[in-house]
Amino acid sequence: MSVGFVMMCHTALDRAAQVARHWAERDCPVVIHVDKRVPKPSFDGLREAVKDLHNIRFSGRHKCEWGTWSLVRASQTGAEVMLAEFPEVRHVFLASGSCLPLRPVEELRAYLAARPRTDFIESVTTEDVEWTVDGLHSERFQLRFPFSWKRHRWLFDRYVELQRNVGFKRKIPDKLVPHLGSQWWCLTRQTLSAILQDPSRKTYDKFFQRVWIPDESYYQTLVRKYSTRIESRSLTLSKFDFQGKPHVFYDDHLHLLRRSDCFVARKIWAKADRLYDTFLNEQDRGTVMSEPAPGKIDRVFAKALERRTRGRAGMYMHSRFPNPDWENGKSCAPYSVFQGFNDLFENFEPWLSRRLGTRVHGNLFDPLRARFAGDGDVYSGCLSASAELRDYNPERFLTSLIWNTRGERQVFQFSPRDIQRIAWFMASDGNAQISVITGAWAVPLFTANKDFQSIRKQAAHLQKQEVDFVDVLRRVQTRADVRIWSLAEFVEEPMEHLQSILDAMGGPSVARLTEAPRLVDLTGFGQFLQNLKNQGMNPHVMGDFPVEIVEMQAKSGGARPYLVR
Amino acid sequence: MKAVRRYKLRLERKRFLVRAWRKARELMLVADRTDDIRPSDVLCFVTLRNERIRLPFFLNYYRERGVSHFIFVDNDSTDGTREYLAAQGDCSVWMSQGSYKRSRFGMDWINALLRQFGHGHWCIIVDPDEFLVYPFCDTRPIPALTDWLAASSIKSFGAMLLDMYPKGPITSQPYSEGQNPFDIACWFDSGNYIIDRNWDYGNLWIQGGPRARLFFDKNPERAPALNKIPLVKWDKSFSFASSTHMLLPRGLNLVFDEWGGEKASGVLMHAKFLDTFTTKAREELQRKQHYANSHEYKAYHSGLNEDPNLWCKWSERYINWRQLEILGLMSKGNWA
Repeated sequence: MSVGFVMMCHTALDRAAQVARHWAERDCPVVIHVDKRVPKPSFDGLREAVKDLHNIRFSGRHKCEWGTWSLVRASQTGAEVMLAEFPEVRHVFLASGSCLPLRPVEELRAYLAARPRTDFIESVTTEDVEWTVDGLHSERFQLRFPFSWKRHRWLFDRYVELQRNVGFKRKIPDKLVPHLGSQWWCLTRQTLSAILQDPSRKTYDKFFQRVWIPDESYYQTLVRKYSTRIESRSLTLSKFDFQGKPHVFYDDHLHLLRRSDCFVARKIWAKADRLYDTFLNEQDRGTVMSEPAPGKIDRVFAKALERRTRGRAGMYMHSRFPNPDWENGKSCAPYSVFQGFNDLFENFEPWLSRRLGTRVHGNLFDPLRARFAGDGDVYSGCLSASAELRDYNPERFLTSLIWNTRGERQVFQFSPRDIQRIAWFMASDGNAQISVITGAWAVPLFTANKDFQSIRKQAAHLQKQEVDFVDVLRRVQTRADVRIWSLAEFVEEPMEHLQSILDAMGGPSVARLTEAPRLVDLTGFGQFLQNLKNQGMNPHVMGDFPVEIVEMQAKSGGARPYLVR
Repeated sequence: MKAVRRYKLRLERKRFLVRAWRKARELMLVADRTDDIRPSDVLCFVTLRNERIRLPFFLNYYRERGVSHFIFVDNDSTDGTREYLAAQGDCSVWMSQGSYKRSRFGMDWINALLRQFGHGHWCIIVDPDEFLVYPFCDTRPIPALTDWLAASSIKSFGAMLLDMYPKGPITSQPYSEGQNPFDIACWFDSGNYIIDRNWDYGNLWIQGGPRARLFFDKNPERAPALNKIPLVKWDKSFSFASSTHMLLPRGLNLVFDEWGGEKASGVLMHAKFLDTFTTKAREELQRKQHYANSHEYKAYHSGLNEDPNLWCKWSERYINWRQLEILGLMSKGNWA
């Protein structure tokens, strides 16, 4: 008989009785503290359920409220009963009514017997604590907390603020260095009795009665005064979420719990029948002396925390809809936008698709319909090509497309002829790679068989659209990877520029293509621009476009002048 | 200004409660077993009409997941729905011959019954063709979820309505009583949902799915709303404002995270598109008892006549809740 359990219960007393019986039958004395607020019939039921066991005691009852001294008071009372009534107990283990032993008692006993003078209690100085939810570390010891955090939150917060503002600080008794840690501990008789029988306990108790959440600091601080050997970790597996409330274990955690090799876990859902049945009826597996390894469970809960606080980037759904700029990534993966390229090159999309080894969309924001790769009516994720549906909410259309095609880089064309509402969204998205050849929209006009008056009108409109777009791209807040050339600049060294875009895409290198996209024949384009000017328009976004360039293009003879390596 | 708006919503909520009280007089008791309700029970509230064939599977689905008591409002069924429900040991049944439309599509009746029996309970408010899928629903019952929500001080749980449909014409595989409707209608649209915020009520407004894709591609603003809040820790001062899409007080509508994180949420799998649908659509079109002048049913009716196939090659086949989680249609949040 070397270990005794002090159990603090307030709900699911049937489960507490089951666990108490498990321990008591295996020769471990148990002292049960039941919250005074538990109605008498339930309490009597618990008494009745364990009355045949001679080594279970009930301690005096206190009214317990979370975060207050009453919890420490209750554990003190329980521990005192334990120390007085069971002199052979060497380690006292503080557990709750929703704790469940994961390993046979014999293993725990052997483990503690091998470490007879070690106190297992998480005890960390206030400077090093980072898990407190309320942000109160050392202030827990220095301020006063007369208002309940759960019931009078507003008053609680205001009073803390007030004390901070006036610089109020309580005096910490001499020789005490505040420490914090999990409230579930396992202490040796020597240490525990030293704490409980300390001549200045009255002073300390009085001090801790006004400390915030004293059950996480009372023993954790005082143990530093007496213990000869502290192992600063809890033997109880207990994980807290971002609200500071314990994670609950369910039936489907069975394998996770078993592999953790922890001795006791909390908190267990009261109706998790399979967990209770399995662990309380576990056969002795021969004394295994493995160390507790909660790493795997830690990872599961760390992931849950990450999901709850940061979420999956680029995913918009009915339980995640971030305010602007709180998205942690407006879209979920990098994508490329080309403006002007399919005007300047013939069959640009098929060429780019072959070059990248991926599907390349046409103009997704075409006023008539979304031009998906393959020109289907529906695309990945059942995204409709309907212009009305898309324009109803273009941002969601784009983020859905990127989300639906995770793992495949999306590449699409954009143009001043398209619906422009999406412009700022793309510009402000760090995942966007936007390459623009300004003025390339004039090339289709140049080759179009249309009345010059209407061409001139359209040219003015498109130029305005493009200037607006480029202005957006050049804002300070733009986060996209932006490349802008004027048409004149681009046609000087088209393949170099194209190559720089492809290089920036990164990703797995594609097999070298010996095929180059074909430039539209620009002979006479300079004259075309001059005609626009003569009509009173000022086509300036193409850059300086002298007639010579066109002639040079013509001389280099055309068919496939450049290779993209 | 903010105070004025808040007060307006308060008045609106009171108005709904009065309405509910008034419309409750249309309810006639058929079977009352509400004395069996224990304080910790999860309750299920349903309005229905002529859904007899769906009931065995529906009841079993929710019973298996830990719903203890069902409260039904039968809107004048003629196919034995009422008699079947009245014979179930865990169902309390009311009937109403009043207008579905003028009781705000059944919500007045449900609000009244919620106020009377739902107070202090976790309540699931669904249609007989809606099946709640939540994180870990294959291993944990609904009370595990509600216990966790309560411990996290969460009062309402959101679930997007996910339209399920069969492959091929919807009449080609007839549904038989007791059958899992998702054996037939096991396909869904995974990523074409349009989300926006409704600032008045603080909820999200979601549209999309096959109905938007096929029937509302020219007027998407009329596409049906898919945002739902089917699971609520009810208080008698609460009231549904518009179907189960939004609640008052409006704090209950904040089932999503605004700061980048994910809250726990589920999916309401919608078994609407079975062979029973075409007759239903025809009937509803004649009764003219549905939302927005039955516009939705008109659209279906023409749509279904032309091409009754909702399936396309990008449709996703349903496997389990984990698949829905990966696809981003629901989330475990910080429930682990």
